[in-house]
Amino acid sequence: MLLSLLPLPTTMSVGANMHIPDGYFGPLFSIALWIIALPWLGLATRQLSRQLNQRMVPLVALFAAFSFVIMMFNVPLIGGTTGHAIGASIAAIVIGPAGAAVAVAIALLIQALFFGDGGILAYGANILLMALIMPYTAAFIYRALGGNTLISDRRRLVASFAAGWASLSLIAGLAGIMFGLQPILFHAADGTPLYAPFPLQVAVPAMLIPHMLVASVIEGLVTAGILAYLQRGNPELLEVSLKPGVASRLESARLRPLWIGLAALVVLSPVGLLAAGTAWGEWAAEEIADVVGYTPQGLAATQTWSAPLPDYAVHGLNANLGYIVSAGLGIGLTLVVIWVIASLLARRSAAQKS
Amino acid sequence: MARSLVERTLASVTHTLEQTLFAEDIARQPGVLQSLDPRVKLVSVLALLLAVSFARNLWVIAGLYLLVLSLAWVSRVPLGFFVRHVWVALPFFTGLVALPVLFNVVTPGAPVLTLWSNPLIAITAQGLRAAAFLILRVGTSVSLAILLVLVTPWNTLLRALSVLRVPSVFLLILGMTYRYIYLLLKTASDMFEARQSRVVGRLQPAAQRHLVTNTMGVLMSKSYGLSQDVYLAMLSRGYRGRPRTLDRFTMQPRDWLWGAAALSVAVVALWLGRG
Repeated sequence: MLLSLLPLPTTMSVGANMHIPDGYFGPLFSIALWIIALPWLGLATRQLSRQLNQRMVPLVALFAAFSFVIMMFNVPLIGGTTGHAIGASIAAIVIGPAGAAVAVAIALLIQALFFGDGGILAYGANILLMALIMPYTAAFIYRALGGNTLISDRRRLVASFAAGWASLSLIAGLAGIMFGLQPILFHAADGTPLYAPFPLQVAVPAMLIPHMLVASVIEGLVTAGILAYLQRGNPELLEVSLKPGVASRLESARLRPLWIGLAALVVLSPVGLLAAGTAWGEWAAEEIADVVGYTPQGLAATQTWSAPLPDYAVHGLNANLGYIVSAGLGIGLTLVVIWVIASLLARRSAAQKS
Repeated sequence: MARSLVERTLASVTHTLEQTLFAEDIARQPGVLQSLDPRVKLVSVLALLLAVSFARNLWVIAGLYLLVLSLAWVSRVPLGFFVRHVWVALPFFTGLVALPVLFNVVTPGAPVLTLWSNPLIAITAQGLRAAAFLILRVGTSVSLAILLVLVTPWNTLLRALSVLRVPSVFLLILGMTYRYIYLLLKTASDMFEARQSRVVGRLQPAAQRHLVTNTMGVLMSKSYGLSQDVYLAMLSRGYRGRPRTLDRFTMQPRDWLWGAAALSVAVVALWLGRG
């Protein structure tokens, strides 16, 4: 972890060793991440046991052992640089994101408990990033890019590389944001940071850039390499995750244009930094006073609520970065809320059917 | 004398195997912590970890580290190995990471040692303390976690997790995973060794990568096939989706005593470290 902050001598092993040890996060922050991660992991487990019944136990156990073992392999990149893969993306592609989530969570628990690799209090953060966000993102990208092509199609290689590269880069960026939030949230009276000490504008690029250039490339190469082997050597294995979820795949295909549109909006959102002035209709009380000449009484009465991130700015941050962080948090929160509502609705309609 | 990639992977696989074997060896010694109920040890370690995590006072964390060292000593853990294992392996990198924190560029504050006056580059008091907090906290937390696993056989520790309300199906999976990690490590190691014995000279990085990802692919196929076999074996032995275990832990008076002592230390540390 944070290994990627170091200057890299060419023979050094660098890596996707993202395991966050205890001591980098404030305890309340760690607990909050537990509270997000555990219900998600519980839902994944329930979905998996519905699909597989008693087959779940041996399948998850073997894939957990597999992810543990491949995290130890040295993968060569260029000029003697080697690194480790996490393997969550290939597991998500082969047995589906729910199976990969539970398997990687188990592998991480064994690493934290028995090998001291990754913290115990930080286990919530580690499973949220590596066991949940990573496989779900990887599976989504692989399915979106792979489309309905044949199992042996070369497009699936590109899709799997993209899935590995993007999912690890995403969680590296998120980890950077988490590190960067620590000095803002937890510091002594004289400003001494008590946990991870780097401010956001250092932590985010320090995590993101080396991962995008090295570790994520390794993850992508490993994902595509294993996929290429399976396409030749064991194509049946690549059809495993498709069987139970045919219906849901059709549904997600119908929603795909919406997801693409949403992704485009996300990418375009930094354009907001260039635009001058305020969005029409979103005037603050002072701006109305400027335009109209007075503050309407009713509006003045509503100005009592103060947002946690006023004007989308994060305290102690450069304004543009703060805007981007706020945008990321906002998108994340919105997706979580929508997803919770959607799964509640889906459960109700399933209950009505049966 | 750069070793080949295959040799390095082999070495790290063997190292993992040796490390756990050594740990099991210590867990069987007649030390103080070895004789306690695993649930007491687990809960105590969690309480102490929380105390380390909440502490806003460097001396409190240092005191807790000394406590961990003395517990290791009374449990016959070789101290040289214990200290080296914790500080060299993990927080070595934490130490390097903490280096830039010392300077005013990252941590603004009162300069203690000015290296350059224009532009000002100095080590700040705040930077020193931030680095100390990070290194001590990470080191003490890792020591606690490592101590727990050194003095508890893994299958006992696994079953102790039930005290934290970890569902029994997870415990079953955890136990099987731990078992199959060794099988897969052995398989991987055999595959590399077989390949290594046929390689003359050095492979190009692309060929090495091919070799590694193909090995991973084979390993994945084997894992999947094995999971089917294990499923059939479980069915034939009467598995119906409900794991059962035989052992019952019983708390002795000294377990209660040790547990109470550990919790009181944690509470006192929380109170002292609140500053």
